[in-house]
Amino acid sequence: MLAAKFSDLITPQLGHQLHQRKLLNLGFMVMGLVAIMVALFTLAALIIHMAMSGWPRLSTWEFFTAFASRRPERAGILAAWVGSLLVISVTAIVAVPIGVAAGIYLEEYARKNWLSELIEINVTNLAGVPSIIYGLLALGVFVYEFKFGRSVLTAGCTLALLILPIVIVTTRESLRSIPQMIREAAYAVGATQWQVIWHHVLPYSIGGILTGTIIGLSRAIGETSSLITIGALTFIAFLPESPFQGKPPFVSWEWLNSPFTVMPIQMFNWVSRPNPEFQVNAAAAGTVLMTMTLLMNGFAIYLRYRLRQGIKW
Amino acid sequence: MVTSSSQTMQRLDSQFPIKAEVRSLDFYYGQSQVLNDINLAIPDRQITALMGPSGCGKTTLLRCFNRMHDLYPNNRYRGEILLDQRHNILSPTIDPIEVRMRIGMVFQKPNPFPKSVYENVAYGLRVQGRTQRSDLDEKVEAALKSAALWHEVKDRLKEPAFNLSGGQQQRLCIARALVTNPDLVLFDEPTSALDPMSTAHIEELMRQLKAQVTILIVTHSLQQAARFSDYAAFMYLGKLVEFQKTTKLFAEPQDPLTQSYLSGSVG
Ligand SMILES: Nc1ncnc2c1ncn2[C@@H]1O[C@H](COP(=O)(O)OP(=O)(O)OP(=O)(O)O)[C@@H](O)[C@H]1O
Ligand SMILES: [Mg+2]
Repeated sequence: MLAAKFSDLITPQLGHQLHQRKLLNLGFMVMGLVAIMVALFTLAALIIHMAMSGWPRLSTWEFFTAFASRRPERAGILAAWVGSLLVISVTAIVAVPIGVAAGIYLEEYARKNWLSELIEINVTNLAGVPSIIYGLLALGVFVYEFKFGRSVLTAGCTLALLILPIVIVTTRESLRSIPQMIREAAYAVGATQWQVIWHHVLPYSIGGILTGTIIGLSRAIGETSSLITIGALTFIAFLPESPFQGKPPFVSWEWLNSPFTVMPIQMFNWVSRPNPEFQVNAAAAGTVLMTMTLLMNGFAIYLRYRLRQGIKW
Repeated sequence: MVTSSSQTMQRLDSQFPIKAEVRSLDFYYGQSQVLNDINLAIPDRQITALMGPSGCGKTTLLRCFNRMHDLYPNNRYRGEILLDQRHNILSPTIDPIEVRMRIGMVFQKPNPFPKSVYENVAYGLRVQGRTQRSDLDEKVEAALKSAALWHEVKDRLKEPAFNLSGGQQQRLCIARALVTNPDLVLFDEPTSALDPMSTAHIEELMRQLKAQVTILIVTHSLQQAARFSDYAAFMYLGKLVEFQKTTKLFAEPQDPLTQSYLSGSVG
């Protein structure tokens, strides 16, 4: 009875209109849910299908410890995953310092004028350049000009170029999220600009920077076309020399000059074979690649969560 | 009548030595002039309050003293601030970092670094390259004692500063400003984000502090200015309207603008 009285307070017109507004709300909710479901379901279906097709090979240890082979049941991904690991290491070592330094310079030091505007627009645009273009550039610069050869070093540098814009942009965004109050507090006790950056701005934004970097690296690990352009091998039956040696000087840089292959190229190679048994290998390699990417992204999420703890503004 | 600032300074001169003297200071954010011919003499080891309606330029004036405006492009000063009657700290030949090592600042909102209590206070020494542990320990303890915080935090020095209450955080920021033994400490509405208890605590602290350091404080609260400042300046639209001993300013304000502000009809 009370309820009836309460809705009596609203005119029938308003009540009708409220009903319509609620309906619209519900409509959008359902649409959004469906959209998300379609996206998630497609992705999940792809991954599950791939993992199931690849399972016969994935379940054998030899798949990870064998080189590529003409015989599908003996072919493995050893050269590919070692190659991916080495190339990504070079990429990280090259892209992170340069990208972070460029981000710091642009955000903290560069004066805001038309030149820095232009650079900013260009960096953002670079992120959208097709990767095969980077491959062509690298072929000209690293392979022919610098004579790096079709090597791990060339591949690492190429992918570094590719992800540099991502690293720069995320670095700048992370730096920008540090409140001005904190910087001023440090300046107010007599810190120099470098001290403010090194003691405060960088440590507090490192979570965001690392997250962006890892997401960039996880993009690089799946990169194929630019590496084919610079001449990655598709069939390789040896490993680069180990960076760690048993005798002095204990480290070796030979691996940088070694020819290489990487996971996506190995996969591409198998996919293009007519023999259906190779398709199983391709699915298995795809699953491994997917797992690597997901693991890196998961690690990025974990880092962001971990490094933000205890920092609040 | 607008009290002529030079007269004021003469009179104040005879009572206390002057710590810092502002002379015909103009200040511009880009093209817009925010401070207009400010003249003000800040007595040594006294509390001087800056009052005035919102937007009149109190914060802007305060931030001239430690050259905070130098951090942003297009800010311009004209005029002088003489420290100890000798050094014009606005001079382009003087390094703002040197100025900031001698003039501390406490902000409106407590802004400790996301580091330990100890590191927050020690930071002012660390930037100077001082690393000797015993030296740091001693200075940090002294600063925390001056900021009336030592007894509350002496067992929590390694804890993150964010674990402290708002009032404790603000006193931590005061300790951080005191650790380098500054000549002058600037406070920009230091209690406006705090509850009445913490506010009372910090006011009491300032009364004790003035024995060792000159204090310049911006405050929105007339009662607060009346309660603990020795000198008070009233600003209006970028100008210094009146500067007096606090008791005198509140008892017999000279300028009609000050009168109406104090009676609550302006600002
Ligand atoms: N960075 C800036 N750029 C341009 N104008 C500014 C800037 N900061 C402040 N102003 C302007 O300068 C004038 C004085 O500002 P200021 O912050 O000094 O006032 P205030 O007296 O401290 O006010 P409140 O009591 O509200 O803190 C205001 O009109 C303000 O809009
Ligand atoms: Mg202000």
